[in-house]
Amino acid sequence: MNRINQKLTEDKKLLSIYFSAGYPSLHDTVSIIENLEKCGVDMIEIGLPFSDPLADGPTIQASSTQALKNGMTSEILFDQLKGIRNTVSIPLIIMGYFNPMLQYGVEAFCKKCQEIGIDGLIIPDLPVDVYNEQYKTTFEKYDLINVFLITPQTSVERIRFIDSISNGFIYMVSSASVTGSSSGFGDEQTAYFKRIADMNLKNQQIVGFGISNNNTFSQATQYAKGAIIGSAFIKHLSDKPIHKIDEFVLSINN
Amino acid sequence: MTYNIDDKGYYGEFGGAYIPEMLYPNVEELRLNYLKIMAEPSFKKEFDQLLKDYVGRPSPLYFAKRLSEKYSTKIYLKREDLNHTGAHKINNTIGQILVAQRLGKTRIIAETGAGQHGVATATVCALMGLECIVYMGEIDIARQAPNVARMKMLGTKVRPALSGSRTLKDATNEAIRDWINNPLDTHYIIGSVVGPHPYPDMVARFQSVVSEEIQWQLKEKENTTKPDYVIACVGGGSNAAGAFYHYLDDTDVKLIAVEAAGKGIHSGESAATSVLGREGIIHGSKTLLMQTSDGQITEPYSISAGLDYPGVGPMHAHLYKSGRAEFMSITDNEAMIAGLELSQLEGIIPAIETSHSLAIFEKKKFTADDIVIINLSGRGDKDLQNYIDYFKL
Repeated sequence: MNRINQKLTEDKKLLSIYFSAGYPSLHDTVSIIENLEKCGVDMIEIGLPFSDPLADGPTIQASSTQALKNGMTSEILFDQLKGIRNTVSIPLIIMGYFNPMLQYGVEAFCKKCQEIGIDGLIIPDLPVDVYNEQYKTTFEKYDLINVFLITPQTSVERIRFIDSISNGFIYMVSSASVTGSSSGFGDEQTAYFKRIADMNLKNQQIVGFGISNNNTFSQATQYAKGAIIGSAFIKHLSDKPIHKIDEFVLSINN
Repeated sequence: MTYNIDDKGYYGEFGGAYIPEMLYPNVEELRLNYLKIMAEPSFKKEFDQLLKDYVGRPSPLYFAKRLSEKYSTKIYLKREDLNHTGAHKINNTIGQILVAQRLGKTRIIAETGAGQHGVATATVCALMGLECIVYMGEIDIARQAPNVARMKMLGTKVRPALSGSRTLKDATNEAIRDWINNPLDTHYIIGSVVGPHPYPDMVARFQSVVSEEIQWQLKEKENTTKPDYVIACVGGGSNAAGAFYHYLDDTDVKLIAVEAAGKGIHSGESAATSVLGREGIIHGSKTLLMQTSDGQITEPYSISAGLDYPGVGPMHAHLYKSGRAEFMSITDNEAMIAGLELSQLEGIIPAIETSHSLAIFEKKKFTADDIVIINLSGRGDKDLQNYIDYFKL
């Protein structure tokens, strides 16, 4: 069983953390992942940096830009991660934009992910229909779960379709926004979280965008299986050394 | 075989809509409605009326006698520089503002590089009384002060794009982010034949008035609707798309797309995407783009702010790959000399973008009875200081 599916069976709300690989320093990737697992984080999204990250706000874009300046590439990331399964057992997902994967070769990229022990991919700008028609069999061949996004504007029919072709979890974008832009959830978002929960989808949902602290984490996971924190964690990384990651995780999971 | 778009939104293998889910409802709303709206009689009537009375169309097809004598061929200039706001850009913004109104949108956003599309958007927003926000790279804001001033005069807010290289591609990123954050009330007026489907097709259709007019204007002058060559410069490619449009499938008419070689194709400072680019995804479209081996989008360079885009529209990627259009590239210096030459031979100061297409007469021979049409996409007022400094006039 894929580690993501295994994790989703656990009877707890899942905390997932996103960071940009190669930030703050090029070779921090492995130690950030190891520290996150040690602190009790349930799942990690490793951001493959891109020059033009359309769906990301200023914090994640700045960390991507810095990571690229530091020299991060797909090849280097794979190299850094090649022994990761000797020390880390939680699910690992690579999150990135489609062009770098396309240039690497989608099949070669997937193959490499499987060799390393990556469990899934999140590719915001790979459209659902293109994935379904052109890449689904490749992802499945290498036992990779592709995670799709839904937003408050996604129609019911489309959510049902996305649910039908998903086999892990659904990434529920909390609001109409880029990453890092919300400061707490209001009634509108709570109603949306509940509306999706009431659809009884076959895939559980994990909420992303706008989760920055214990309060927003609790709100987001009232109806959903878990939540993803990105920008707030990256801010922490830019202020504090890696061995202080536990302070951040404790502040969410207290 | 057609060189136009197919029903899935692709030109050959290029195009599509590679967009995050957050943009899907906006783009889908547009995709489902743009052709319907454009086919409405009330839309056509208003669009044609505005092009005539407000933009000043049809733009003349001018036989450039002295230029023709110099190069021993028949050169016609399609005078898009005479449009209101000084370039072809307004053909598209008039069309899109009418679409936006019919979709019930109340807020308009746009990206701009040199500021020509920004001014054209600010203009139609003033005309229709709609709120307008234009994203412009911080560096371009400094380089293109007169156009920034025009936009402000027209009541538009110019927001600096502070990320990345702080030029056109980053302004486009910021506009897309704004649209993600404001999905309901906002329409994004893209300025070129780039972006996710249906933008490349919609913008090409609005610009197609250029080749539609060329057909009947040439009939009057030369008793044929078909020139031998149509030549246009390509950054994203909207003026070329408009000039080529009605000739795409008529292979008797040769198409030449002129890219900016900057300081030389292999100088590291160039915008010649067809030579330097590879297939990939930029701003939601599968096309040719300049990128590193790792798939990071690189910064183009051209002396002309309107040509320094790291990609080309998917139509042009297809025209290049299929061989339907010939792609040539022109350096900064060649373009500047051609701009000065047109000014002094014909009394027309072209935009530096357009000067690139004029420069091909030094590189390619035409016969005496060839009919060659150059799309004179914009006027050079905005570039005067650049010309003056370059030639130390």
